[in-house]
Amino acid sequence: MSIASNRLFTRQDIIGFAVLAAVVFIVLPLTLDSFRLNLFGKYLTYAFVAVGLVLCWGAGGILSLGQGVFFGLGGYCMAMFLKLEASTPENTAIQSTPGIPDFMDWNQLTALPWWWEPFNTLTFALLAVVAVPVMFAFIIGVAMFRRRVGGVYFAIITQAFAAILTILIIGQQGFTGGVNGITDLRTLQGWDIRTDAAKETLYYVNGVLLFSCLLIAQFVRKSKLGRLLIAMRDQEDRVRFSGYDVASFKIFIFCLGAAFAGIGGAMFTLQVGFMSPTLVGIVPSIEMVIFCAVGGRLSIIGAVYGALLVNWAKTSLSESFPELWLFGLGGLFIAVVMLFPNGLAGLYADHVAPRIDRLLSRKSADVGPADDTARAAAE
Amino acid sequence: MFADYSMSELGAIFAMQGFAGLILFSVFVLMALGLAIIFGQMGVINMAHGEFMILGAYMTYLTSTLFEAYLPGLFSIYFFIAMIVAFFASGLLGLFVEWSMIRHLYKRPLDTLLATWGLSLILQQVYRSVFGAREVGVSIPDWMMGSLPLTDLVEIPINGIFVMVLAVAISLAVYYLMFRSSWGLQVRAISQNRVMADAVGINTAWTDRLTFGIGCGVAGVAGSAFTMIGSTGPTAGQLYIVDTFLVVVFGGAGSLLGTIASAFSISQAQSIMEFFLSGSMAKVLTLLVVVGILMIRPQGLFSLKLRK
Amino acid sequence: MLDHNPNFVLSVEGLTVSFDGFKAVDDLSFYVEPNECRVIIGPNGAGKTTVLDLICGRTRATSGSVNFKGNELLTMREDQIVHAGVGRKFQTPSVYEDLTVFENLELSYPHGYSVFGALTFRRNDTVKLRIQEIAETIFLDTLLEEKAAYLSHGQKQWLEIGMLLIQDPELLMLDEPVAGMSVAERRKTAELLNKIITDRSVIVIEHDMGFVADIATRVTVLHQGKTLSEGSMERVQSDPKVIEVYLGH
Repeated sequence: MSIASNRLFTRQDIIGFAVLAAVVFIVLPLTLDSFRLNLFGKYLTYAFVAVGLVLCWGAGGILSLGQGVFFGLGGYCMAMFLKLEASTPENTAIQSTPGIPDFMDWNQLTALPWWWEPFNTLTFALLAVVAVPVMFAFIIGVAMFRRRVGGVYFAIITQAFAAILTILIIGQQGFTGGVNGITDLRTLQGWDIRTDAAKETLYYVNGVLLFSCLLIAQFVRKSKLGRLLIAMRDQEDRVRFSGYDVASFKIFIFCLGAAFAGIGGAMFTLQVGFMSPTLVGIVPSIEMVIFCAVGGRLSIIGAVYGALLVNWAKTSLSESFPELWLFGLGGLFIAVVMLFPNGLAGLYADHVAPRIDRLLSRKSADVGPADDTARAAAE
Repeated sequence: MFADYSMSELGAIFAMQGFAGLILFSVFVLMALGLAIIFGQMGVINMAHGEFMILGAYMTYLTSTLFEAYLPGLFSIYFFIAMIVAFFASGLLGLFVEWSMIRHLYKRPLDTLLATWGLSLILQQVYRSVFGAREVGVSIPDWMMGSLPLTDLVEIPINGIFVMVLAVAISLAVYYLMFRSSWGLQVRAISQNRVMADAVGINTAWTDRLTFGIGCGVAGVAGSAFTMIGSTGPTAGQLYIVDTFLVVVFGGAGSLLGTIASAFSISQAQSIMEFFLSGSMAKVLTLLVVVGILMIRPQGLFSLKLRK
Repeated sequence: MLDHNPNFVLSVEGLTVSFDGFKAVDDLSFYVEPNECRVIIGPNGAGKTTVLDLICGRTRATSGSVNFKGNELLTMREDQIVHAGVGRKFQTPSVYEDLTVFENLELSYPHGYSVFGALTFRRNDTVKLRIQEIAETIFLDTLLEEKAAYLSHGQKQWLEIGMLLIQDPELLMLDEPVAGMSVAERRKTAELLNKIITDRSVIVIEHDMGFVADIATRVTVLHQGKTLSEGSMERVQSDPKVIEVYLGH
């Protein structure tokens, strides 16, 4: 079956995508009030990172503990544009230098730094949301993968990058807003992003973007490149001596993960209304790995559920039992590694999917010919 | 920038700065020694390493409190007992963690990393629940307070000297263990060829557990030493972990001498740059240089070219 | 350095590699002709596998030259060496256990090597036919849908040979292709090798002397990283130096 049907979507994939689409676009908006919906929108921005991690880590075996860097860079690019739009000379008339962001004024800056200038343009900012993280990932990727640094070394060095960027942002508060981050964001091209209606719209935009990323991820996984990643994870030398430049594939997938994370970060900024170093550092970066692990490191759909579930649990637990949350999160790390290495997706594949298959094949036995035509049409 | 200072003042500043660098060096060495054993020899990534150090620090805090309350006469020497308590507390916890968790994950280093991160979160919360969220400081015995006046301008704090002496002593102890004891021989044999070591009758499972335990115990002693120069909080361990790993990786995993040399160069670089730049920029630059060198020379400063 | 001699496919000259002073391969020179099957034998630690590692770029040489059809291999990257026409089989079977036999062969199909090429690679009829053909050669045509993890040791060895065959290399290097095989598998492998070595040059490392006599055009005996003897099987077997260190025990 697999030789003939190297299709983009298997039946299981279609079920997975359809159910997730129903959850994101129908179930959540219908059942949640606008505050909670915005909260879930925030959780979904982490799903971008988790999907990227499925490609890098689950498929490619490259564990990055610095995805927060890319999430943060994307988020900061968006936040810089929004901040500049909010800092009109009228809004900032009381400052000693009107027209520059408030935190710059507090830090005795008297002019906008040159590298802030381009962020006055929305097109540039939107491009930067993807381009800046990808550029960073490319530099790190080339340096590391060309020299065959992988495994735990790569993980530790990416973690060091998360630490470096955090220290840099906090230390250079005149340019970055420091530990508070970039706050008090108001409008996007005059459209107030703080209203309930705007947040609802942004939720849907976020959902559509997430599904675009999921489709790209699905395409990559089903392409020969997807199979090469799995092959590289298990037998890197064999792939190399089959004539592939292994490093270029790793760089590509790492950059793709960074691009997803950057988009997620930008959507975070838009929906939550600020961006700060607390989303960049070591701790948030490694938490993003757990979203992916809980969902199932091999499943892009699972990663989305992982991000939703872990964050939902975090919010509910830390509201009512703050002490329990760290025990829970710590336990989750251990359990998902020792007991459920394939996460929710693994549980689903072992226990739920076979039943659905049985159910569907029983049905399709009754309507056999119709199913065959459907399959032929799909091919 | 030097014009405002007189020659003797400049000398004093450099001496103090150099001394601050030496203390930082001792701290790095203490942090990295345990990790050099666990990561360098066993290849296990223990992200909870910082929490094992903090356990040692809390044990020292407990011991000091107990001595203050019940044995005030012996208070001046409580620290030596505290170090032993710290070693065994962290070491025993290490044995338990190896038995319950690490040994199942030897072939999955990335998973070990995640699981031990989970462990570190749990330990942090335990410390917070038991000792409170605020930082605690130990009472330092009188003889360790104050400082030695070297010249009119240069004074050296005694607790700083004490930490340096400890760093040297513990390094020597670890060196002795690794290269002169039969345990060290077994550890090195296993790290070179596990199958062969197994075949010649080394109990590899037990040696692994003991190695992990000793590495954690050394971390505990390091934590204990830190109480002499700073206070302890539940999340203090997390601050150290990246630095510590970089020190070990930079030195070339598996090389004890490399670890010490890398601790020295990183600490000196950082403290010299701190003189010229703000603390955070010095840190950023140091980390960038270390990461940059690691990209050029991923095997670290000291390592052998090996046959694949 | 000599110019490329068209009589030889591969010219190894003065090849040396040292690991911290220990010379695993020491000033080694040998030449492989078109369609020759060269077998390298020698005691453990003689540097046999290291020679293959050096030719295919897995280990970087300290000095010397490896010339393959006019290309200096020592300065090329592994994947470039493969594109030049050199295939290498490892000692332990290296197949992708999580993928099917078909997918294993497909990944070795010489097309779509770049990132873009891999993304747009189509599994068309030419590819499928070629894979089918190779699978028949390596006795695995009924197991195409099987995950490689479920194959026997011998079948994995054949699969890896198949992964090389599909690339049709001009120089094929095999590291102990029959090690760990049953007698029946061994016979089948000899048959397979005899079939595939006809129209290309081959370098084989092997310990099994019966097997060596079966396939070798010429034999090179390595000892402590140097050539001890070279020539036909009979000549090598009667060489007193060889008997001393290797065959004679």
